Amino acid sequence: MSALLEVEGLQVGFGGRTAAVRGASFRVEKGETHCLVGESGCGKSVTALAVMSLLARGGQRSAEKMSFAGIDLTTLSDREMARLRGNRMAMIFQEPMTSLNPAFTIGSQMAEVLTRHKGGSRAAALDRAAELMGLVGITAPGMRLGQFPHQLSGGLRQRVMIAMALMCDPELLIADEPTTALDVTVQAQILRLLANLQRDLGLSILLITHDLGIVARVADHVSVMYAGEVVERATTAELFRAPQHPYTCGLLSCVPVPGRVQRDKPLGSIPGVVPAIGPGFAGCAFRSRCAHADETCARDIPRRQAGQGHDYLCRLEPDRAELQPA
Amino acid sequence: MTAAIEVENLRCEFRVHTGLMSAEKRVVAVDDVTFGVPAGSVLGIVGESGCGKSTLARLILGLLKPTAGTVLVDGKRLFDLDRKARARLIQPVFQDPFASLNPRRRIKDIVALPLTAQGTFSRNEIERRVGGILERVGLSAAMGERMPAQLSGGQRQRAAIARALVLEPRIVICDEPTSALDVSVQAQILNLLADLRRDLGLTYLFISHNLAVVEHVASEVAVMYLGRFVERNETDALFRAPAHPYTSALLQSVLTPEPGKGVPDIGLGDIMPDPSNIPPGCRFNPRCRVAIERCRHEAPARMVRPPQGMVECHLA
Amino acid sequence: MSEPLAIEAPQPSSTGSSRVGSAAFAIGIAMVAFVVVAAVIGNALVPADPFTQDLGNRLKPPFWMEGTEAGHLLGTDQLGRDYLARLVYGARISLLIGIMTVITSGLIGITLGVLGGFFGGRVDDVVLFAITTRLSIPVVLVALAVVGLMGSGLGLVVATLGLLLWDRFAVVARSTTMQVRNHDYVSAAWCAGASMPHILIKEILPNIASHLAVVATLEMALAILLEAALSFLGLGVPPPLPSWGLMIAEGKDYMFFSPWVIMIPGVALAVLVLGINLVGDGLRNLLGSERLR
Repeated sequence: MSALLEVEGLQVGFGGRTAAVRGASFRVEKGETHCLVGESGCGKSVTALAVMSLLARGGQRSAEKMSFAGIDLTTLSDREMARLRGNRMAMIFQEPMTSLNPAFTIGSQMAEVLTRHKGGSRAAALDRAAELMGLVGITAPGMRLGQFPHQLSGGLRQRVMIAMALMCDPELLIADEPTTALDVTVQAQILRLLANLQRDLGLSILLITHDLGIVARVADHVSVMYAGEVVERATTAELFRAPQHPYTCGLLSCVPVPGRVQRDKPLGSIPGVVPAIGPGFAGCAFRSRCAHADETCARDIPRRQAGQGHDYLCRLEPDRAELQPA
Repeated sequence: MTAAIEVENLRCEFRVHTGLMSAEKRVVAVDDVTFGVPAGSVLGIVGESGCGKSTLARLILGLLKPTAGTVLVDGKRLFDLDRKARARLIQPVFQDPFASLNPRRRIKDIVALPLTAQGTFSRNEIERRVGGILERVGLSAAMGERMPAQLSGGQRQRAAIARALVLEPRIVICDEPTSALDVSVQAQILNLLADLRRDLGLTYLFISHNLAVVEHVASEVAVMYLGRFVERNETDALFRAPAHPYTSALLQSVLTPEPGKGVPDIGLGDIMPDPSNIPPGCRFNPRCRVAIERCRHEAPARMVRPPQGMVECHLA
Repeated sequence: MSEPLAIEAPQPSSTGSSRVGSAAFAIGIAMVAFVVVAAVIGNALVPADPFTQDLGNRLKPPFWMEGTEAGHLLGTDQLGRDYLARLVYGARISLLIGIMTVITSGLIGITLGVLGGFFGGRVDDVVLFAITTRLSIPVVLVALAVVGLMGSGLGLVVATLGLLLWDRFAVVARSTTMQVRNHDYVSAAWCAGASMPHILIKEILPNIASHLAVVATLEMALAILLEAALSFLGLGVPPPLPSWGLMIAEGKDYMFFSPWVIMIPGVALAVLVLGINLVGDGLRNLLGSERLR
């Protein structure tokens, strides 16, 4: 069974100094939502940009395998990639304020996506734009087509971004922290929208986020990233039920859960900070903050299996004693 | 219990020009806010963008001039005091650790600023106090010599906290102190804030949009909407049984890390709260699921719920 | 806690254009440094005196042409004065004018800009009015008029240019101050009880200084060129001071027969001004990665 998007051993570096991504492997199945979760600097956004060939100047990427719908992305020319981007693979970004060109109307920006990739008249493209805006829950789409980005609120702009991403009926939507800049009530609306679109259009979504709440509610599969590596992969249910990697465990213990709050006890936390990873770094990046680290952690780390589709990068055995619920 | 800080009828209006030809609009960012916080406790203030919580913080800190109202700290009128006296009573911790420290000064100079600004401390005294507070927040003396760019987000926030506490104020206003930090670091900072409050007998005003964090940190919570407090209650009571429909909506929209529950439908509609265009009647009525006819033209009165709680809703 | 290191954000190290950019920066610095060194120690190294006239040795060509006179590497001018010595002395004048003008105009412009940007309201209205008034004045004409009325002289030129060239400083200082003023560290300093002078000088100024440095280089180049123009018109530095502009003016009568007389100071001017501009560009590129936010 081949996935829609398969990435194996992705590495991204900038100018030979910093390794932003040191080994990301994950698959997005058709019709599912896959979450890349991690904290700032872990490389999740860079991973998405690398997949879309949108890395900043000076970024070099290499991968053992990177394929979309059977097409090998690593060997595509810029032109061929441009034909895929916005067409079969679409991306929405975090900042709705800056993702839209303030000098052009919403309608013209959306129409441009369709006419560029699939040709056709501008009128037809505007019709489709209005149709999609209705689909994403924007009222009075006809009026909105003629408006400029600054006339819309953040939540509306993000919906416009989603509609724009859907103009060419993409198979894959990559969403990079799409709700981080939005209010929590708007966030819920946008995430519901994405789930509905997935169900109705068969859309596959790669969702990048740092919010474990979003991951739990929205994702089918999860890849946890730390310091440029995917350290654990599992289905959502599995990950929350039985996290294996010490970082994942630490992360889960840090998140305050309403209703299960103990005000007099300190929140779980992970001591220390993310280390700077230069080229030639070996071993586990988490060892400086891990309570279970020993000297073997400075060498190659094995990828262990912990059940169906659940693997993690650590020397520790799966389902070991410390992980059992207290 | 005496209130460490009392805010009475605080109001802040802005005049905004929306265009060359159109008339001036009045934006009421904070509308008649009144509350008191008992000494040594934490009042959480939650709300979304445009609700005025940051404006409220800036008013209390003296960064903005209020249109009306007063603030009392330990019975003293805050706005009557000069800035140096105010600094001894109330200090801020801001949201963005990257923007709240002057990138061109060393950490120890930044932390020492409240002391040097007073002009009454000797150099030795300043050094002693700065060293002490840096240690207390978990920063080494070596880090005091560094520039902010050399510290991580969590460390910078610790420095910001050190600066807020070096003068030993009574009240600390925390304006989203962990929203810009990673989850693992957020927990460290929240734990630090809790320890310091206990040890130094501080009173916090904790502003956040993150309800889970507020539930962990605050003993009481006030919900702000379009410039007014619409509900205030003890934390557990508020989270268990919210009285105001907006509070319910906020609580429902919190996505807890519990798989399989999906994303809730809050049903607030598409209308965004606009402080320059406050609806008549109850300001929440256009988005309220349970609004009745009365809500559309009659603003609800403030109903007090002892000991400190209140709610503004016709249906509460 | 392990010794923490700052997280290194990946810097897009652009290849081709940035290497050209930093090469240009280096060249600019070299050019300016060369002129500065020449200005400082040049006259000690060159044996001849820039003011001694030698009418028997007028208009001797420089060393790469025939008929050159030993002891005068760059030949002599129409009064027999050693050209190299005059050139080197002229560097001193140009740099002096440049630096003094920038200091004067900088003080005026930065003060106005920071005050207007920080306080807003009425103060800003006054500052804006001053800026727009200044912008509507044609600098060269006013300089000419002033000098024409009050006579020429080094100090007068510096004062005139300094009082006229502050607008860019003011505009940049004002806009950068307005951005920086909203940063939380300024609010924190306010809440900490810091005095107004402290906030303006220790919190605001250091954070806009880099942008002002770029303006300073541009203004310096402009001042040097303006002085040369004024001197060319006879309304700048008075003879016998060897301002490069004056040297060009004095040499224009002999332009066709002894072209080096205007070429050499012209090239010197170009080198200095180009160098300063390259340094300014380089500074702007260096700071480009620093977002003002």
